[in-house]
Amino acid sequence: MTAAAATAATTAGRVVTRERVLGVGYIVIAILMVVFLGGGIAGEESKFGLNVGPRPVIPLPDLVVPAQLTVYLLAGICAFAGVVQLLRAGVRWWAVLLGIVAVCLVAAFLTWAAAGRSMSLVGLMSQTLQRSVPIAFGAFSGLLCERSGVVNIAIEGMLLCGAFAAAVAASIAGNVWVGIAAAIVVGGFLGLLLAVLAIRYFVDQIIAGTVINIGAAGLTAFLSSKVLVALPDLNNPPRFLPDKIPGLGDIPIVGPILFTNSLFVYAMFVLILVIHLALFYTRYGLRVRAVGEHPIAAETVGIDVVRTRYINVVLGGMMAGFGGAYFTLGSTGSFDKGMTAGKGFIGLAAMIFGGWTPIGAFFASLIFGFADALQNRLSILNVGIPSEVLLMVPYIVTIAVVAGLVGRVRMPAADGKPFRRE
Amino acid sequence: MSDERPKGPWEGGPDSTFAREIAAGDEALDRPHPTGPGGRRTIWPRIDLRAIGRGLVVPVLAIFTALVIGAFIIVLSDPAFWQELATDPLGAIATGIGNVFAAYGALITGSLGSPTEIVQAIGSGDSKAITMAFQPISETLLSATPLIFAGLAVALGFRAGLFNIGVEGQLYLGAIFAVYAGFAITGLPWFIHLPLAILAGMLGGAIWAFVPGFLKARTGAHEVIVTIMMNYISYQVVMLVLKTPGFQRPGRDDPISQNVLPSATLPPLIPDLRVHVGFFLALIAAAVVSWLLFRSTKGYEFRAVGLNPGAAKYAGMNIGRTTILAMVASGALAGLAGGVEMLGTQGNLTPGFSPGYGFDAIALALLGGSRPLGVVAAAILFGALRAGSTPMQAATGTPVDLVVVIQALVIMFVAAPALVRAIYRIKVGRTTGTEVFSKGWGA
Repeated sequence: MTAAAATAATTAGRVVTRERVLGVGYIVIAILMVVFLGGGIAGEESKFGLNVGPRPVIPLPDLVVPAQLTVYLLAGICAFAGVVQLLRAGVRWWAVLLGIVAVCLVAAFLTWAAAGRSMSLVGLMSQTLQRSVPIAFGAFSGLLCERSGVVNIAIEGMLLCGAFAAAVAASIAGNVWVGIAAAIVVGGFLGLLLAVLAIRYFVDQIIAGTVINIGAAGLTAFLSSKVLVALPDLNNPPRFLPDKIPGLGDIPIVGPILFTNSLFVYAMFVLILVIHLALFYTRYGLRVRAVGEHPIAAETVGIDVVRTRYINVVLGGMMAGFGGAYFTLGSTGSFDKGMTAGKGFIGLAAMIFGGWTPIGAFFASLIFGFADALQNRLSILNVGIPSEVLLMVPYIVTIAVVAGLVGRVRMPAADGKPFRRE
Repeated sequence: MSDERPKGPWEGGPDSTFAREIAAGDEALDRPHPTGPGGRRTIWPRIDLRAIGRGLVVPVLAIFTALVIGAFIIVLSDPAFWQELATDPLGAIATGIGNVFAAYGALITGSLGSPTEIVQAIGSGDSKAITMAFQPISETLLSATPLIFAGLAVALGFRAGLFNIGVEGQLYLGAIFAVYAGFAITGLPWFIHLPLAILAGMLGGAIWAFVPGFLKARTGAHEVIVTIMMNYISYQVVMLVLKTPGFQRPGRDDPISQNVLPSATLPPLIPDLRVHVGFFLALIAAAVVSWLLFRSTKGYEFRAVGLNPGAAKYAGMNIGRTTILAMVASGALAGLAGGVEMLGTQGNLTPGFSPGYGFDAIALALLGGSRPLGVVAAAILFGALRAGSTPMQAATGTPVDLVVVIQALVIMFVAAPALVRAIYRIKVGRTTGTEVFSKGWGA
């Protein structure tokens, strides 16, 4: 099969072959869905909860579907998409078909997991949004730096230090806002360190980022063993609780998902807009993009490349610091060693997936957030998949995204290249 | 007429501009290149004491500066220091300095032993006392063993232009494979069983490293992201495997594997001390990597692709295949680190068996200038830090994580020699910046 595909690749051209492979793949997925997901759930019903919270203003009935029939139906759609893909190989809307198949697969999986049980769909969506917060902030941090031509692989370390600083500062002051400010300052400081190493000392940007990551992990672990264990009061910050926006928060489905959240989610929405406008509709943004695409040309027309890069990397650091505060002030409420668990790197993948744009990065973060929320839900539901396998899911999704998309999305041309004045 | 194509310089053919470029590249990277005087190739870099001295300035100052900053961290992170500072500032500073010397003193005696004890023990002639006195050194070499393998893995990747941050994960896979081969295969004599278990470890690491190598070659996915994700996956794989009946030790609920059989255990070098034959294997591995990189055709290709993929491609090398091969070789070394740790030191697999060897390895490779001999020296130094950090925590309450901070600082200063030169106002002869890894995301 692969040998035949390879021969076809040389004769009929790569694009057509890839489309064919996708088409066959969709049909295979459909068959797997019927066999593995539809097999053991005959006669059961899947119940999806649409309400969250004790007393919704407008209660909705639960969504109940016959499990096996739904899975077969979704498999049918997948198979149909595969046939369309095969017959009209090379069609321009392959991405739409891919999206349809992905949605069907996830829906069938959820139906299978909820067969004979009840799963809160709105709760899952709301958790998806919350879990995408640190990833989105990491992605924003990465894209601010990389739009100006500096690779920021230190997001993980910045998140971790932001989380630590937020916990300690908020605990000392007894005020969440002080915690946020401290996280932003610490993040900005790490951004400055990265900028000095990468821009002033021409340290390889990947190595500079790795230094910050290892140093951040070591320093926060050291301080938490030495200081936080001895003085637990320093690790007991107040938290941001979800605020329901009056009126909007009472709308069924949308309200609990979008309008009953903590500060971090609202800040994320605002930042998407601000970064998008700043990058693409202001003079500053035009300059940043010029520096990231062609620094020498930018320098020639009078843009200060070095200054622009410093500003952006420090801003990126502050962004990641803010995102780090989510871990302690928005989520768990206390600092733990290594609590960011790779979210910074997943944020980088989201940035790549989103094509170095804030809106794209946000939707990519939602996908990773969904993978994270899903593994959490499934381990609570106890569907028979080992929790270890579920915990791998977000990382596998990240690898798939990076491997599948790099080369297909265009990155800033001068990304990662140090700038030297001649 | 011979239908063979002309031999390239990397195959022992005539010298070319390209070969000179690679030699110049080695030099530009501040490393003595392997071509000795008169163009004769040698395994070891030529012995030029002045050059070695020059090469040691930055690493030595980097370590010194890192230790000084570490000292500030010890003092400033002590809540008692801040309380005393308000009432008795001079006394607080004196106590702080005392604490630093106590911590670093414990670090040194924990890793090298105390000289008086060694002299006394040798004087007394009591073999047990001598063994005890040398125990810290044994612990240092024991810690250095996996570090040498792991450092070589990163160094090999560096030479081929690959930043393998996934050594930690590959090490876990190597450990899984080696332990399984060590307890599941029975009835073999040790001279078959032990090599088999070691090879299994190499295989595990190689398989795990193949994935990022393949993805980089085929799709351009940057190895840094993929290997880090593979690290996180490997932790879950270890947990999963340790819960599997047949792998988990019978009668235990916690995640722990069965014990490696005696026929697959690496014997200790000296009775009653923990340092084992694995240390010698690590030295052999360093020699092999040195030969591979600087004497073999493949090694030349690795270095050519690492320095200038465009030129290497133009010279007819297969970039994709070289990348995969270098990654697999790097992973095999990482697998050896995990395997030897299992078969020699631990004897069974538990989830947290590696205190971050894979990340120390990055510092080692940078500190050692990606040269095998340099990696060995750096690994023994870091082994001493690791071995001494536990007694340090026990004696002075300074957390072992201090060592990680010191390592990060060492990497930073070694990677930014200009920073060290600026701090100590050393005159710059000739600096050449290098940019090897950060070429965006491989698109």
